[in-house]
Amino acid sequence: MSRVRTYAQAVNEGLHQAMETDQDVICYGLGTPDPKGVFGTTLGLQERFGVQRVFDMPCSENGMTGVAIGAALNGIRPVVTHQRVDFFLLAMDQLVNNAAKWHYMFGGQGSVPITIRLIIGRGWGQGPTHSQHLQAWFAHIPGLKVVMPTTPADAKGLLISSIFDDNPVVFLEHRWLHNAQGDVPEGDHRVPLGEAATARTGDDVSIVAMSHMTVEAIRASDHLKAQGIGCEVIDLRTISPLDWATVLASVRRTGRLLVADTGSRSGGVGGEVVARVAEELGDVMKCRPRRIALPDCPTPTSSALTLGFYPRAAEIAQAVGSMLGLPSGADALEAQRSGPHDVPGEWFRGPF
Amino acid sequence: MIADPQQHGVEQRKALLYCMMRIRCVEETIAARYADQKMRCPTHLCTGQEGVSAGVGCALRSDDFAVSGHRAHGHYLGKGGDLRAMLAEIHGKVTGCCRGKGGSMHLVDRSVGFVGSTAIVGGTIPIGVGLGLSIQLRGTDQVSCVFFGEGATEEGVFYEAVNFAVLRNLPVLFVCENNLYSVYSPLAVRQPEGRSLCGIAGEMGMRAERGYGNDVLEVYAKAQQAILSIREGTGPVFLEFATYRHREHCGPNLDDDLGYQPEDERQLWLGRDPISRFQRSLLVAKTITDRDLDAMAVALQRDVDEAFEFAEASSFPEPTDAYEGVYA
Ligand SMILES: Cc1ncc(C[n+]2csc(CCOP(=O)(O)OP(=O)(O)O)c2C)c(N)n1
Ligand SMILES: [Mg+2]
Repeated sequence: MSRVRTYAQAVNEGLHQAMETDQDVICYGLGTPDPKGVFGTTLGLQERFGVQRVFDMPCSENGMTGVAIGAALNGIRPVVTHQRVDFFLLAMDQLVNNAAKWHYMFGGQGSVPITIRLIIGRGWGQGPTHSQHLQAWFAHIPGLKVVMPTTPADAKGLLISSIFDDNPVVFLEHRWLHNAQGDVPEGDHRVPLGEAATARTGDDVSIVAMSHMTVEAIRASDHLKAQGIGCEVIDLRTISPLDWATVLASVRRTGRLLVADTGSRSGGVGGEVVARVAEELGDVMKCRPRRIALPDCPTPTSSALTLGFYPRAAEIAQAVGSMLGLPSGADALEAQRSGPHDVPGEWFRGPF
Repeated sequence: MIADPQQHGVEQRKALLYCMMRIRCVEETIAARYADQKMRCPTHLCTGQEGVSAGVGCALRSDDFAVSGHRAHGHYLGKGGDLRAMLAEIHGKVTGCCRGKGGSMHLVDRSVGFVGSTAIVGGTIPIGVGLGLSIQLRGTDQVSCVFFGEGATEEGVFYEAVNFAVLRNLPVLFVCENNLYSVYSPLAVRQPEGRSLCGIAGEMGMRAERGYGNDVLEVYAKAQQAILSIREGTGPVFLEFATYRHREHCGPNLDDDLGYQPEDERQLWLGRDPISRFQRSLLVAKTITDRDLDAMAVALQRDVDEAFEFAEASSFPEPTDAYEGVYA
């Protein structure tokens, strides 16, 4: 029996489930108990679990991250939510110097089971400081786990696993996914960290993607299938530690790699995947690996300037076509799109 | 301090009223037109808070510096920022003050000392202090004014920046608009009851004063006095002004349906509207007449509509402009 939920509802269910399962799970952040409940993801938590375990906080990102770490050292499992990745940058010190290092630098005495939920903005003029995709920064820090779910079921399953993981986890939700719908299992549904999912199977090209780019890759893959091109779409789900076994096995079979990264090009996760695959499988590849990513440029605000800024399914299809030397019909794919380019759908009318 | 409406000249009082009414007219016109979906960026309106923008803005010289945060339209206009460039920016046009790169949350008009507003809470407080340092190094009598909300005083960077400003006796005016909320979060969930921001600022070593932000004359008088003493080299000053935001935190609507502002509090503050209360006092003092007010409103709306027309008629930047200007 199908149980359709939105991604935001799935996150909300995951939080309810984790707090139900374990008294030590607490949940806070700016706006966590406010009437909008962080895009609906935290609604009902304070009513259900009380003000001791669910609370708002001062505009003090760095301090309150340290507070989460301290509480975690005594067995609490804090989930701290920020409405944008960008706001959390004030807390990089606590995250990187304390949370990520504690277990290692004290010789294994104490761990930091915190989950930091960060929302990646896009569109409607979110601009330079409300739409940064910084998964590569986080993934660069040993000791952190970095999770980027694409589907509602994974959002729930990975969130619960993140909360019960004994390490600091950065959990990145793409704002354009919050309204996506899908089947979500009931109850204590867990998806293990560090395992990629194969979203589409195919023999010609491996497309490695994450978060919202997985949606674009699936769109491209379904379109290419009709042209007789088989794409294997691997949804990384966890960026760090990355599931190299799944990636390498797929590329070994297809001999072709395209990475679709939501982040910017240089120094990104896409580059890391290409590098590792080249190191391990360079001599069995049938063509040069490719990556699709954001330009090395801050995000502009004007909708005129974001036209073409974000690569989409058509660019993915075109890249696959050129890797195979076959027509991709990317124009037709682009032509199927309607409505303004800077919103995910009718449901989103800004401003945030 | 209760400001005496007679204390300032007629022209000055009219200028303050004009400045507030202009900001209001701009904000309310944005609110009315936002649903057209031509202004495609997050937009934080300052309706209800114009007393601070106008009072401080009119007390600053145009060669003084100012920086601000996400809710900056009033600060920008009060400082003399170009209205057309601001509206064009919000419309994402190439004629915008950031050529479309910044939007409502990033305003700039260097020609009048408005150095920039940014969207990360507290982010420009140390920038304002750095501008103060530059003024001291250059030996001019300028002032650097930092606008921020009470929420920003919860960020560590506020204390770090204030500490340095006091340590080095920098020419900085800190203007804190206390509107009781950060987004939908009331002060009660963010700061202990009875907290005095002024008290903290004072203990940190600055002259610190609290004022009523909806009394534009009081704001103006306090700002003038502070600026005078800063110019004389007596170091930074902290001014906290009580005020209230009428519209939703971000966006064009009223959001009283959400219930996060208690209805009696909301009604109380709507009754304390800085513009109507000042208009009433000027009418009573016969400084202006109802006809003057009507004429002002009509003229302002005409100017603002004209600026919207400019913004709408302006071209969008070329998509390739997005990739220009990453480095200086
Ligand atoms: C570092 C950071 N945290 C959170 C936010 C989200 N945010 C935007 S405006 C705002 C409210 C801040 O309140 P205050 O400083 O009092 O300003 P007001 O909105 O009341 O004018 C918040 C929390 C942000 N932009 N930056
Ligand atoms: Mg406030």
